[in-house]
Amino acid sequence: MKVGLFIPCYVDQFYPGAAIATLQLLEKLGVDVSYPKNQTCCGQPMANSGFAHLTGGCDKLFTESFRHFDYIVAPSGSCVLHIKEHLHSTENADDAASIRNKIYELSSFLTDILQVESLPARFPFKVGVHQSCHGQRGLYLSQMSELVAPGFSKPGKLLNMVEGIDIVQLNRPDECCGFGGTFCVAEEAVSVKMGKDRVEDHLSHGAEYITGVDMSCLMHMEGILRRQGSKVKVIHLAEILNSYQ
Amino acid sequence: MTDREQIINAIAANQPAFSPLPATHFTAEDQEDLASQFADTLTAIGSVVFVVDNLADIHQHIKSNTSADHRVISTIGMVEYNEDIGTNISPHSLQNVEIAVLKAHFGVAENGAVWLTEELMGNRVLPFICQHLMIALPIKDIVANMHKAYERIGNDSYGFGAFIAGPSKTADIEQSLVMGAHGPKTMTIFLMRS
Amino acid sequence: MSTETKDHAALADDFNKDEDRVDWHDETLWWIRQKRDKAVNKLPDWELLRDTASAIKDNVLSNLSVYLQEFEAKAQNNGIIIHWAANAEMHNKIVLDLLKAKGIRQMVKSKSMLTEECHLNEYLENNNIEVIDSDLGERIVQLAKEPPSHIVLPCIHKKKEEIGELFHLHLGTDKGNSDPQYLTETARQHLRNIFITRRASLTGVNFAIAQTGEFVVCTNEGNADMGAHLADIHIASMGVEKIIPERKHLGVFLRLLTRSATGQPITTYSSHYSKPRDSKEIHVIIVDNGRSKQLGRADFRNSLKCIRCGACMNTCPVYRRSGGHSYHNAISGPIGAILAPNLDMEKFADLPFASTLCGSCSNVCPVKIDIHQQLYKWRQVIVQNGYAPAAKKAAMKLMSITLSSPFLYHTSGKAGRMVLRFAPFAVNNRFNPWFKQRDMPAPPDQSFGEWYAKNR
Repeated sequence: MKVGLFIPCYVDQFYPGAAIATLQLLEKLGVDVSYPKNQTCCGQPMANSGFAHLTGGCDKLFTESFRHFDYIVAPSGSCVLHIKEHLHSTENADDAASIRNKIYELSSFLTDILQVESLPARFPFKVGVHQSCHGQRGLYLSQMSELVAPGFSKPGKLLNMVEGIDIVQLNRPDECCGFGGTFCVAEEAVSVKMGKDRVEDHLSHGAEYITGVDMSCLMHMEGILRRQGSKVKVIHLAEILNSYQ
Repeated sequence: MTDREQIINAIAANQPAFSPLPATHFTAEDQEDLASQFADTLTAIGSVVFVVDNLADIHQHIKSNTSADHRVISTIGMVEYNEDIGTNISPHSLQNVEIAVLKAHFGVAENGAVWLTEELMGNRVLPFICQHLMIALPIKDIVANMHKAYERIGNDSYGFGAFIAGPSKTADIEQSLVMGAHGPKTMTIFLMRS
Repeated sequence: MSTETKDHAALADDFNKDEDRVDWHDETLWWIRQKRDKAVNKLPDWELLRDTASAIKDNVLSNLSVYLQEFEAKAQNNGIIIHWAANAEMHNKIVLDLLKAKGIRQMVKSKSMLTEECHLNEYLENNNIEVIDSDLGERIVQLAKEPPSHIVLPCIHKKKEEIGELFHLHLGTDKGNSDPQYLTETARQHLRNIFITRRASLTGVNFAIAQTGEFVVCTNEGNADMGAHLADIHIASMGVEKIIPERKHLGVFLRLLTRSATGQPITTYSSHYSKPRDSKEIHVIIVDNGRSKQLGRADFRNSLKCIRCGACMNTCPVYRRSGGHSYHNAISGPIGAILAPNLDMEKFADLPFASTLCGSCSNVCPVKIDIHQQLYKWRQVIVQNGYAPAAKKAAMKLMSITLSSPFLYHTSGKAGRMVLRFAPFAVNNRFNPWFKQRDMPAPPDQSFGEWYAKNR
């Protein structure tokens, strides 16, 4: 099984730690994983701003970079959802279609494909889990509070394998943090208010860390935490699953 | 082209390929529990429930809770409360009715609603304009849910019919629930054993 | 700037100047969302009901021209008079002509979002007809000279103290008294007098049944019935999409509507109007006003399934923190944002962008409209039609060029993570909207790509 590692642009540039943890975790689990160096971005920032017609170059690069792998794995629900829903290539239509089916967000790759049942991880802290909307409502990583349906959580299942971790309960378990791509600046006031409210839910329940499957949501909440001078840190799910503290 | 033709033509041109109607089969509640479920729901939506033996009990209840200057109208055979309120009167003349006592066709356990058509109302405005609404309902006439309700209504013909579930209410001011917005301030349901 | 020219972001910015009020607004609507959750979880069939309702509405949209004519014929058979209005102007003119013909100068109206969409009140007032809204929330915003901020809860943005002050000014209540019970009782007395004296009443329509020609109006207050049963002439305004095929389908929709809206099992009154009273009149005005056009937009026609429950507003984290008026449209919130661009793409170009695309709206929708997917699609249509700001177009073009080239991406990345100069959080200055209330992520020594090249 050859796995291509897709690292979203902002993770590559700002959160290499989350990317390294993802790589090491996959290697630890015996996966043959490599990182194609010509990858840049999934194209979501343009598409969600209404400029999907400008994503042809990104789509082409992405398809060329990842067409030869059995699976593509990324530490992001949002970018994976974008590829699943919107990757198209006129030159390589079949390759693009195939990529849309074999791309996985990290936690679902671990639970559904590798069927991981235990992990050598220890993280003795109080942790709040942020449900990123695209991962949850787009990729069905966890059950959604709006539906009348049995509960489940793929990231939750993995976190339960971590020794010493204390997951805190939230008042609103799956409310959006307000990042929303360019929404975070185009609608600055509402975006910040949503982020403050989300952070407060974690803080009031004693979280020492806020984790999630999407670094973009975490970056937004980190920006708010740091401005408030809070000691609470954000940490990608992969970093917890890859740690032994 | 008239507006009618213009609209129908535009819709006919733009509507998508035919999509068939789905089946409508839903779970019915356990028949045994209907009366208690109905009563519980009624209480939750702000109605008052009494279980009585018959019409005479209802009559007695009204007598002991009203004074002579209260205008009480009944359409269910309590002679002293009979009034001709049909189409030959102005509905405006009903504005001082204190209590209306009506019969319902049936009640719905899942939401506490009762179904009345206009011949049971005497006058269409009566169940809305009275200060207090009282409904007599044989306990056997309770259906589980709205699907059963419409099965029971079937193809009946009526000029006006309404599901009524509790007193008139509003929560428009800061979501504070207040009974008696425009219609009745209270709704009482008498569940009759016979 | 007036409300007319401010976009959603600017209006939301105004709303957020009072953070306590935002918290209050958010908590109030979240409480309603929680009531909805509690109610829907009592029905094991909930998701099946949603699927069924959605499929019934698919059938309606696919056969609408036939159902409308069937409804018309059956309703006429029942003695109801049917009118057709291609647009808002025609709708308003029909109402005015009906009133003029009877020499009526005053009308009482219950809730109808369609008449808000058509700006009927304004039109009638300009023609010397007085209109009084009878739904308590609508009466409150009418006294405040504001539009409703929510389709089910018209004055959800108003605090009781503000309502107390309005009632003191207009209805003579005691100054400083803002007790909801007291204010509601005052409105009851005030509006009873209106109901008793008005010869014309206008209501909306929740559902119109093709099979029987009857229509259903749902209220909690009983105001639609008080108006209709006391007036000589009852006018009911409905959008073409209000049709459902058979009476038994009401069983599906009435189970969904109020549980979604407020968490109640059903509205207090679900009134089925089939025939007029002796010697009185019922008129139904069937209105298009852009709906047939929306029906032709394959990506957006499902928005016509909407039954106006307001659940998408209550759950929307943006709506709760920006208020209904920030959408500057009769219908606010997520559903308003996908309906409005059909009516005026330029005026409402901002609305599909007033969302994080979190998808909660689509999940609560009782008829399963893919609201957040349509928001995404409207963004594309709006940009394609040239309604994106020039600066944004230029930035997106530059971003596209950089991200399409590994060379440009990596060289700009090395130069201080410059690739993200397009990304707002990368610029550390006071003019950057990211930095106003959020810190920047700390730039690492090397990118993952650089680390990988050295370590693997």
